[in-house]
Amino acid sequence: MTRFLATRVAQSVIVLALMSFAIYALIGLMPGDPIDLMISADPKMTPEDAARLRELYGVDKPVVERYANWLMAALGGDLGYSRLYAAPVLDVLLPALGNTLILLGLTLVLSLAIGLPAGVVAALRPYSRTDYAINLFAFAGISVPAFWLGLLLIIVFAVILGVLPAGGTETVGGAGFWDQAKYLVLPVANLTLASVGGHTRYMRAAMMETLRQDYIRTARAKGAGRARVVLGHALRNAMIPVVTIIALQFGYLFSGALITETIFAYPGMGKLIFDSIMGNDFNLALVALLFATLVTLIGNLLADVTYAWLDPRITYR
Amino acid sequence: MTAMVRRTAVALLLLGLAAAGALLPPAAAKPRDTLVIGITQFPSTFHPNIDSMLAKTYVLAMTRRPFTAYDKDWALVCMLCTRLPTIENGLAVPEQTADGKPGIAVTYTIRPDATWGDGTPVTTRDVVFTWKVGRHPKTGVSNTEFYRSLYAIDVKDEKTFTLRFDKLTFQYNAINGFQLLPQHLEEARFADPMAYKNRTTFDTDTTNAGLYFGPYRITEVARGAHVVLEPNPTWWGGKPYFRRIVVRVIGNTAALEANLMSGAIDMIAGELGLTIDQAVAFEKRNGARFNIVYKAGLIYEHIDLNLDNPILKDSRVRKALVYALDREAISEKLFAGRQPVAHSSVNPLDWVYADDIPKYPHDPAKAAALLDAAGWTATGKGVRRNKAGDPLTLEIMTTAGNRSRELVQQVLQSQWKRLGIDVRIRNQPARVFFGQTVTQRKFSAMAMFAWISAPEGVPRTILHSDHIPTPENNYAGQNFTGYVNKEMDDLIERIEVELDRKARARLWRRLQVIYADELPAIPLYFRAEPYVLPKWLKGLEPTGHQDVSTLWVERWRAE
Repeated sequence: MTRFLATRVAQSVIVLALMSFAIYALIGLMPGDPIDLMISADPKMTPEDAARLRELYGVDKPVVERYANWLMAALGGDLGYSRLYAAPVLDVLLPALGNTLILLGLTLVLSLAIGLPAGVVAALRPYSRTDYAINLFAFAGISVPAFWLGLLLIIVFAVILGVLPAGGTETVGGAGFWDQAKYLVLPVANLTLASVGGHTRYMRAAMMETLRQDYIRTARAKGAGRARVVLGHALRNAMIPVVTIIALQFGYLFSGALITETIFAYPGMGKLIFDSIMGNDFNLALVALLFATLVTLIGNLLADVTYAWLDPRITYR
Repeated sequence: MTAMVRRTAVALLLLGLAAAGALLPPAAAKPRDTLVIGITQFPSTFHPNIDSMLAKTYVLAMTRRPFTAYDKDWALVCMLCTRLPTIENGLAVPEQTADGKPGIAVTYTIRPDATWGDGTPVTTRDVVFTWKVGRHPKTGVSNTEFYRSLYAIDVKDEKTFTLRFDKLTFQYNAINGFQLLPQHLEEARFADPMAYKNRTTFDTDTTNAGLYFGPYRITEVARGAHVVLEPNPTWWGGKPYFRRIVVRVIGNTAALEANLMSGAIDMIAGELGLTIDQAVAFEKRNGARFNIVYKAGLIYEHIDLNLDNPILKDSRVRKALVYALDREAISEKLFAGRQPVAHSSVNPLDWVYADDIPKYPHDPAKAAALLDAAGWTATGKGVRRNKAGDPLTLEIMTTAGNRSRELVQQVLQSQWKRLGIDVRIRNQPARVFFGQTVTQRKFSAMAMFAWISAPEGVPRTILHSDHIPTPENNYAGQNFTGYVNKEMDDLIERIEVELDRKARARLWRRLQVIYADELPAIPLYFRAEPYVLPKWLKGLEPTGHQDVSTLWVERWRAE
């Protein structure tokens, strides 16, 4: 296992290095540069100013040279400066990362806490009224667009009932645990409702497949109780494909909560990545996307470790 | 079973509502001493002279004052100075520079009571330091034309100084962009000019009171989320009404509306808020609860025509394109008549506007005749063709996702189609459109966007033939149409240096006549900025130009 983990960590470092260049090159290939954006905001800017600023910001150099400069500085611990936020990249990134981890951590816990049991219940009584009801709920969650659901939540709970804030992270001057908690209710509900349906469906399918296996029939024949069959034998095996899905979703959720973050004015990683790419903020976009890559890699590594825990027949060398 | 499911659902719903209610503090009436403003962008920097951005201008206008600004009547006024210098009052004296060029010496006096928020007086030391920073090529100041032209500063005393310019233009006394920097805080950070933009106190210690001398100062910044402002005790003017102003950033306009309806924000800024169509729709639904003020101003929505396109080279085709459009109906139907139709790039509110210029009312018959004369003949109900059988097909581009422009674009397309003009829509994201397509003249026929200008803004970079972007000049300049007219070049040169208002008005009239007659661009309308304000807010007066309403924030009050 130790050797396996060491190999995976080494692979991850190589993937990150390759990704850093790929991301830098792709952003560099996009039309325009930060100075073009400045010109569009200030028609009085002269060609001399534009040339001077291109040199100052280093965007007059080829992408490879800029990347090499960035890499050397990054290896020395300097991840660069965000042009969009006029601050060191990590100063901008870490608060957003913290916000995202809280938002997605809660979402993942809630989504799994609801989705997995619902999927198991549906699988135990396939094509029953309970199964149909759970499926209806799951498909509604999957089908409803996140932005529409977000606005609906705001209208019901913030505008009509007035019981929850419409957006943000805390009341200005009113910070505190409960104050921050109420700001999380709607975005977490929005993301949970959007993701719980998928978890329910994956769990249901995996559980139905497992319940058809010979070893389940054998367990039943040996007189094992329903609870023991389901929880002790079926659930553990059914979790293997579900863990794969969760691991893949981890990276997506990390950077893909853009719509929810925008609707609820929640300053997280999704919005930060979007704004940095659209605003041509090379350093910030690069480091933020590398964080997203890293989270995906960690998620997959955790999934591999979990496989071995779930199924002792799986070993790593 | 069904009843049980229903009971469970109701119980869960009630539980959820109860839990949500439990998280809230007891309801309390919001005090009127706080104003929460919703805007859609967060400032990328708080340094007044680095990077030009409307969100930054909007926030900083509450905390600082320029020497001069245009007021709501578009008249130049003194803000930080005691008296507006003019040639007539003797404070501005035309002179020659050392190398014999016509220049001017303009004398200003800083208000005697102007003091930075930490108690340090605003003095000529700040003036000279700001000039040094502006002139240095490595500081990141985006627009240095002003500092290049300002070749010397003579300091008379702590408060009085004379600026010496190497150009004599009619705007000699308008130094709206000369935003003072606090020498006592910034000089040490400027020791390494190359690193200055990353070390400036404005971004490393934004809540430092010594950075501000306006009615408010910034006391809290939550990056990407909000900025809090509180009254500045050293402010010289009338006491501001609000104990606290919070500027909240909500990037999505639908969420901005929802926040307004829920009371999370009190108003939506006109400068950075809803688009006009969203505001019109919002007014229909919620107009009774809010004051919605529309201010049409200096944002000129138009379609740039690529004059290298063989079809558009013919001025008859360009005129036919405008005659074919019912711009009044577009403004009326889509924007409830809130956006006045433009006849040239000059706004009717600008004193140099001339009304007696060629205009193009909706006249399909005239459009058809012009197209016939240009050799584009109708073929039944289809697309017009020329003698060679080529179809009259053009492409129109704009920023994808800009709902107002996309709506207008579709109406234009259908109105042109009725005349047998086949117009195809090809939109791009803003950063591609402005990053390459427009700036490198890569649009084949028509590009729809807006220009933002100042009162009596001379369109040198837009209409002068020296400013056509080409690969040879590294795509410098904003004459994206490729317009070349010797008389226009000459008029621009003369307007800039003509000091006599009557003579200048004549030159401006001629410029507008040529523009309207030659149509390098199709004028559409002047964009209106919708201010969604609570009924109790008084004193906010939109300006309609680049000097934002927050420059007079101390007059805002609750009634």
